[in-house]
This record gives sequence, structure tokens and C-alpha cells, in this order.
Amino acid sequence: MRAFTRPGRSPTEGPLWLRTGLIALALGYVGLMLLLPLSTVFLEAFREGLAPYLEALKEPDTVRAIRLTLLVATISVPLNLVMGLVMAWAVTKHDFRLKSWLITFIDLPFSVSPVVSGLIYVLVFGAQGWIGPWLEARGIQIIFAVPGIVLATVFVTFPFVVRQIVPLMDAQGRAAEEAAVSLGASGWQTFWHVTLPDIKWALLYGVLLCNARAMGEFGAVSVVSGHIRGETNTMPLHIEVLYDDYNFVGAFAVASLLAGLAILTLVVKSLLEWWHGDEIKAKGH
Amino acid sequence: MRRNILKFIGYSLLAGATLPVSASPAAAAPAQLLNVSYDPTRELYTAINGAFAKQWKAQSGQDITIRQSHGGSGKQARSVIDGLQADVVTLALGYDIDAIAKRGLIKPGWQAELPHNSTPYYSTIVFLVRKGNPKGIKDWDDLARPGVSVITPNPKTSGGARWNFLAAWGYGQKTYGSGTKAFEFVSKILKNVPVLDSGARGATTTFVQRGQGDVLIAWENEALLATQKLGAGKFEIVTPSLSILAEPPVAVVDANVDKHGTRAAATAYLKYLYTPQAQEIIAQNYYRPRDAAIATKYARLFKNIPLLSVDRHFGGWNKAQATFFNDGGLFDQAFEAAKR
Repeated sequence: MRAFTRPGRSPTEGPLWLRTGLIALALGYVGLMLLLPLSTVFLEAFREGLAPYLEALKEPDTVRAIRLTLLVATISVPLNLVMGLVMAWAVTKHDFRLKSWLITFIDLPFSVSPVVSGLIYVLVFGAQGWIGPWLEARGIQIIFAVPGIVLATVFVTFPFVVRQIVPLMDAQGRAAEEAAVSLGASGWQTFWHVTLPDIKWALLYGVLLCNARAMGEFGAVSVVSGHIRGETNTMPLHIEVLYDDYNFVGAFAVASLLAGLAILTLVVKSLLEWWHGDEIKAKGH
Repeated sequence: MRRNILKFIGYSLLAGATLPVSASPAAAAPAQLLNVSYDPTRELYTAINGAFAKQWKAQSGQDITIRQSHGGSGKQARSVIDGLQADVVTLALGYDIDAIAKRGLIKPGWQAELPHNSTPYYSTIVFLVRKGNPKGIKDWDDLARPGVSVITPNPKTSGGARWNFLAAWGYGQKTYGSGTKAFEFVSKILKNVPVLDSGARGATTTFVQRGQGDVLIAWENEALLATQKLGAGKFEIVTPSLSILAEPPVAVVDANVDKHGTRAAATAYLKYLYTPQAQEIIAQNYYRPRDAAIATKYARLFKNIPLLSVDRHFGGWNKAQATFFNDGGLFDQAFEAAKR
């Protein structure tokens, strides 16, 4: 690369026209591909004014969809928070035989298509599935009901927390904890006073991402939902229903809530990075 | 702080543990039915459900809520087979209900339970084109012309799409004289199809809202809804010289109503569809009513055209499904031929 650069200029810096051109292209691309579609969501939602927008959000099936989404997130996010900590703890602070396997499998939900993630639950818990008939005989409904939606959401949001904290905990090493334990701290005290303070911002960041995905997941949830209006439609599914009902204000009103959540996540994320950038970035995401 | 977090986690786990219990069916005082239907019946059943709930309350004193689920007919049947707790199914064609019956969830002979082969309304297949009919589409032949973009859903998941395909095939066979010619004809049409949506409503949205395609092969009720309600003045209906009698049947899902204790309400719900009151709602939602008086009243909406019958011209749905739509069937072959 050095051969191409003239003396007196940083090797990564090109001529002025190239610099401005690239920056303009990058900004234009972000504007065209991200900001424009996002702003249409709000534009369409408020097309007929504030009153119809609020009216659309008060519609009973919409309220139920919002409630269901919140319920699913309140179950799956804490679950993945706790299990994420457990798994991160296991792979960074302990050595065991199947460790490399565990690390590989943690990433599985990222590489599997969400539709497949949904289908595996239908194959296991569906009426024609492995344990579906057994469950049905006991009156337990998993698929096409809330438990199935929670399971599918837990599956797709599985890696978010653990992926955020593993690099940090790895970098931390075990010395501080070993010292704490040798000074008589209990396991819980060690975790609370030694491990957690170092990872808390990354952990919070992971929870935010996990929550955004839990509320926004469409594919996997669509497969296991059964699309019962006012019962098993989460917000993303309800948006599709409203759109196909030609209820565009309603569809975009709900979409604006999800988009608002995404923006809030971004803002909090930026603030976190601003305040605690070193800790979060310690070893890349 | 710590206690709060623990409490929160505890409550969440508790909520998770109690869910399966609360999700199991309870035969409480207010009744609830789940109607699993195909894609375009959203508005129809929203209207029907409200009217039926009132009538049921007056008749039995019981409050009733009817929940709806919509999607491609084949996909919906699959969901019921996989355990979706439908009390009644109102699908796009008999074969999809037969598929549920084959798994033992519906008693054999279901189609004889209610009048008119258990089809309280019927429809046919027409074309929806853009205002002024810029591509000059008049009949099925125009859909096979190069340069015409045709929107139709996927027959694997959509019932409407299967009616579309059979109507096109029937026209091809009648006009060009043989099955081989009909095959060539539908292959030419499929060559003009840029995207196969999974349900009829998805295809309508693609055509109406996203502005794709020159012609939508659609249920007459979808086409009428689009011209009368959605984009009045933006679309026109073209009625082909020959179409198909599309009968979407209804049935009680025996295994599920017995489990939920909802047989009486479910049966009453389906019978209600045949009452003059419901037949009027049916016509207002652009489905062809069975009731003669109502049919006369709304005759201006529904054109009288020659209609093929699946039973008479295609040997019934079981045979038609096996010949055309099962894996490796004539649809798959024609779709492959169209890609070449």
C-alpha cells in the first residue's frame, strides 16, 4: 500500500475529491437506505393526524398485541440475561471438555434462519410432533399459544447477552476472582463485587439488544403463532395483519412504536458508549 | 437493588411456569370460538362475528367472542393439523378440510353436514386490472401474452391460487382442445408471474398497494373489494369468458370442539351463515350468497358467466389435488417449464 502514497500524507488519506465523495456517498447511502424508510413509518403513521394515530393504538387487538409483546419480552429477556451470565461464566472462568462445543452452539441462533427456528418447535411440540401428542393429552398447549411464542423468542435472542460479556470476562481473567475467594469472599460476593462491576455496562448493552430483538422478532414467531387475532399476534405480526387489512394508519402506528423502541435502544447504546466506552469496547463486540 | 432484580427474575420465572396452565382451554361462562379461515375473509368474518355474537346472546344469554386467524388456506389447514385449536374452519376449498379430516380431527362425511356441500357462499375467479385497462386484457389468452405481468399467489399454500390455476387450465383445455395444449398455455401464464405470494390477500396487496403487475388473478370478492372500497376508480374488473365455480366450505373441527366443550356454539355459528341476515352480510362483502332472495337483491354485483366445476370437469378435489398440486404434479412441472 505504501507504494501508492505520496510523502507528507497519511497512507489512508486520498485526494480531497475522493474524501468528500466517499463521505457524501456514505451519508447518502445511510439516508436513502435507513433514514428515509424509517421516516416514512412515522410519516404514514401520522398521515391522518394525531387523533387517528392514538385511536389506532387504542384498538383492542392492538392493545393485546402490545401487551403480548411486553409479556414475551419480560420472560425471555431476564431468562437470557441469567442464562447468558451462567454460560459466560462457564466458558470464561472454567475449563471443561465440551467447552469449545458450548461456545460454538451459543452462536447457533445467529446462523439459523428464524423460520427454521420456528419450525423446529412445531416439529417438537406440534400435534404431529415428537412430544406434542403427550402434551395434548394433558391439555398443555405450547405451539400456537403464548409458551411457543416465548420459546421461539428465547431461541432467537439466546446469544445477545452472552456474546456481549464473554469477550470482557475473558479479558478480565481469573486473577481478581481468585484473590477475592482466597480472601474469604463467598461465590455470590465475588460475583457481585468483583465480576459484575467490570461487565455491567456491556451486560446492559446486551440486554438492550436482546430486548429489541425479542420485541421485533417476526420470522420464528410467525411460524409458531397461529395468527389468532387479539391472542397470539405480537406487535410485528399484528403490523402485517393490519397492513393486509388495508388499515395503513393502524399498521404504521404500531410500526412507529417498534421503530421508536429501536431508536431508544440506539440512543441508550450511544450514551452508554459515550460514558463507558472503554469498558464496552474492551475487546470488540 | 439486588433484591429488586431477584424479585423481578422470580416473578418472570413464575409467570413462565404458570403460562401453560392459563393457556389451556377453560369452559368458563363466556364462550370463545376460534375460526381459522383463509386469507380474504377478514372483513367478512369481522362483520359476521359481531352479528352472530348479538344473536347468540339473545338466543342463549351467553356472551361469545369469536377469534379469527387468516392465512393461505393450505397453510391454515397445516396449522390446524399441527395443533392450532380451531373450533371451526372456513377454508378456500374442500381439499384443505379433507386434509384435516384425514388426520381424524374432523369426521368423514363433513361436507354433507350443512346445505350446499357445506358452502354457505361461493365465488369465482376474475381479473383485476389497472384503470383504463392499459394492457387491453379481455380474456385468459391475454395473460399468456409476452410482456404482461401477472400476479397470482402460490397454489402450494393458497386456496385461491389453486382455483386460479384450475380456471386457467380449464380455459386452456376447452379453447385449445387437449391437456398437452393446456399445459403449454398455463406454462406461458406462469412465465409472466414475477412473484408468488403465500395467500390471496398478500397477492392483492402486491398488486394494489405495491403497484406490481398488470393483472391480478383474484377471487371475485377480492376484486370487488379492491374496486369498491380500496381504490375506487383506480382499478377495473375484467370478467373472462369462462371461469370456475369456487366453493369455499366450512366445517366444525370435531376433535377440538369436544375438547373445548363448544360444539353447540360452533354448530350454531356455521348454521347462522345460512340465515338471511348472514347471507346479506355475505353479499355486502362481495361473496355470492346462496339465498335466492338475497342473490336477486345483489344481482348487479355478480356477473353471470359460464363456470367450470371441480367435481364435473376435474373429477373432484382429491383427484385435482393429486394431479395438479402435489409435489411433482402438473403445477410443479408447468412452473419448471416456465422458468426455462
